[in-house]
Amino acid sequence: MIVSSLDAAVAAFAEQVGDAGPVTVTGLGSRGGPVPAVRTVTAPSGIAWIQPAEMTICCGAGTPVADVDAALAEHGQCIALEDGGTIGGSLAVGHSGIRRLGWGPARDTVLQARYVSSAGEVVKAGGPTVKNVSGFDVCRLLVGSRGTLGFLADVILRTRPLPVDERWYTSTSDPWVLLADLYRPTSVLWDGHTTWVLLDGHGDDVAAQVELGGLRCAGGPPDLPPYRWSMPPSAVRSIAAESAAFVAEIGVGVVHHSQPAPVRDADATVRSLHDRIKHEFDPTARLNPGVDVLADS
Amino acid sequence: MTTPLVARLRERLRPDQVRDGVAEVNLYRRDASNLSGHPAVVCFAESVDDVQAIVQVANEFMVPFVPRGSGTGLAGGAVPTAGSIVISTSKMNRIISVDPVNRIAWVEPGVLNLDLSTQIAHQGVHFAPDPSSQQTCSIGGNVANNSGGPHCLADGVTSAHIHAVEVVLPDGSITVLGGEDPEPVGYDLRGAFVGSEGMFGVATKVCVKLMQNAPDVATMLLDFADVADGAQLVSDIIADGIVPAAVEMMDQLCLQAVEAFIHAGLPVDQAAALLIEVVGLPATVAAQIDRIRALAATRNVGSIRVAADDAERALLWKGRKSAFGAIARIKPNYYLHDTVVPRHRLPEVLAQVYEIADRHDLLVLNVFHAGDGNLHPLLVYDAREPGVVERVHAAGEEIVRVSVAAGGVLSGEHGIGLEKRDLMPLMFSEVDLAAQADLRRAFDPGMLSNPDKVLPSPAGCGDIHSVPEGAWV
Repeated sequence: MIVSSLDAAVAAFAEQVGDAGPVTVTGLGSRGGPVPAVRTVTAPSGIAWIQPAEMTICCGAGTPVADVDAALAEHGQCIALEDGGTIGGSLAVGHSGIRRLGWGPARDTVLQARYVSSAGEVVKAGGPTVKNVSGFDVCRLLVGSRGTLGFLADVILRTRPLPVDERWYTSTSDPWVLLADLYRPTSVLWDGHTTWVLLDGHGDDVAAQVELGGLRCAGGPPDLPPYRWSMPPSAVRSIAAESAAFVAEIGVGVVHHSQPAPVRDADATVRSLHDRIKHEFDPTARLNPGVDVLADS
Repeated sequence: MTTPLVARLRERLRPDQVRDGVAEVNLYRRDASNLSGHPAVVCFAESVDDVQAIVQVANEFMVPFVPRGSGTGLAGGAVPTAGSIVISTSKMNRIISVDPVNRIAWVEPGVLNLDLSTQIAHQGVHFAPDPSSQQTCSIGGNVANNSGGPHCLADGVTSAHIHAVEVVLPDGSITVLGGEDPEPVGYDLRGAFVGSEGMFGVATKVCVKLMQNAPDVATMLLDFADVADGAQLVSDIIADGIVPAAVEMMDQLCLQAVEAFIHAGLPVDQAAALLIEVVGLPATVAAQIDRIRALAATRNVGSIRVAADDAERALLWKGRKSAFGAIARIKPNYYLHDTVVPRHRLPEVLAQVYEIADRHDLLVLNVFHAGDGNLHPLLVYDAREPGVVERVHAAGEEIVRVSVAAGGVLSGEHGIGLEKRDLMPLMFSEVDLAAQADLRRAFDPGMLSNPDKVLPSPAGCGDIHSVPEGAWV
């Protein structure tokens, strides 16, 4: 959906959020939905503009990721965000898709964000250009903040070229050998036995990489177990000894696991810094009340 | 006479790490901008414990402290506040560990940018951000300024290459922000810290992302009789789905200055040249060169030169990276600007830059990161000429204004520091700036870490004329 301007919708969203009382935001509910039993608001949706030569797009946070990808595909572009749900939901959770090795993390996608603050005001963070160091990086702070610091209203995102000819391959070779030998694969996945590799690019280059890695064609990536672990990429090998099923993103450290992730503790200094940031941005703790970003989702 | 502050610092560090002699302290009054301050004392930290001790003393005496890497910053970010403690991290210069397979390294903040890439080159990896000052700037400084460089077009600026930072927070506590794991629990504090210009604490170890060295590289030089054609080609290439590793532009005056300096056979009779580098696997690189040639033909390209070997490639890059030195042949002084505009506005903003310089009777050279719209107009002048400094000030501010008016931003890679602090209201409302101040206060409730930078003081907010004395806007 193309809209002429998001300004009015952003202002209306700020009105809805208001400046008092608990409030929660929801998109399509694909990442857990709103905080229960709290007044719910939804962010504006629609694409305000696409600038293919800038590789940027401006859209409401409530716009479905699929709509953005469909609109960008007409220009031969896409965004490096996890599929499903809305742009705002994807950014608020901050998870990247399985192409993170080649495409980078979700947090590097946002150039500018307007969000509604705890005081009900529209605040702009970042700027519209791909390169910008004007002021502190509030955009990155918002990515993964799960709506506890402000509710995303609209964003300017960096796009990337669509893959030229993306194909999955498998191999029984050690995934770290493939990671070292292949040139910038888009993804390397490993379940402890089999390695999956996603390659893209000029046919001659891909053929040479396939030969180099001893790769075989595959229909697609493996099914991913439901839970998400995050570990240093060098520690991934150690989980292969366990019996539980997993699919690890090699070179990244995200492990899709059949068991819930172990509880991670933040140190006292980090917790105190979190508390101070939350207090500065939302002194009455009204935004997505009860959500603790230091407790794993 | 030794002050109580200096005496206390000498108790906590070795005495020779604490320098308060007038001559020594004066060496730390400036960075690479034209601004200067008056520190009380300079401390050379050698470890995280040293940094913590200094920050604790600063808290004890309620004295501001200013972290400093190599001092190559161009926006006054490391210019010391009056009476402050300068914390130099230049002696913390060890590469701690390198994992070439998972492509992660831990380094101390004083490691020089180019030294890191040089020392790990044999492992097939490099650190991607490559500011023009990369021979002398430090990784800690890169973190503070979220530095860029020509090769950030495809791979992103510093923030995209930092996994974690061990920091001494402004209250003296030590922690790690971010982590080697891809999704550390909680807010992206690492992301908030990168680019915070020394106002959120002091980085004492940095975990960087390393990139694979490209198997094939092609560096091309294309020249144009009309600057606008070259600028338009940049947009054409990106819109075509090609993101080169680097796209740099030099205009005629710059080409002439550089050619006189390095004798690389640059097209000195043309209005502008683009230096384009594409990297990757051989067939991709070859296909992209062909496509760029075809696109260039539709924009009235003059000649196209593809570097035949590493030596020629190095020469072309030397031309680009030595531009600022070469300019001394024209005039003794220059002021280097840094703004960003949307790529498709480059032709018109460049025309405005020439017009502004002309109107102020100044010479302007343009050498810049065209691929990401990052303009670097260089106003060259002779400071001995009466009234010229005022004209340079006025022209500089106009360039910033036209850039922001064209949908651009105040700074692409130099940062805000002192230089552009009072221009922040051109881009941000009071509400926007208050949010940034909130973030600052969360990191530094005592406001001791590099105060007075980046954010205009509330009283001056909205008044963009209250520029700090000596500031070059």
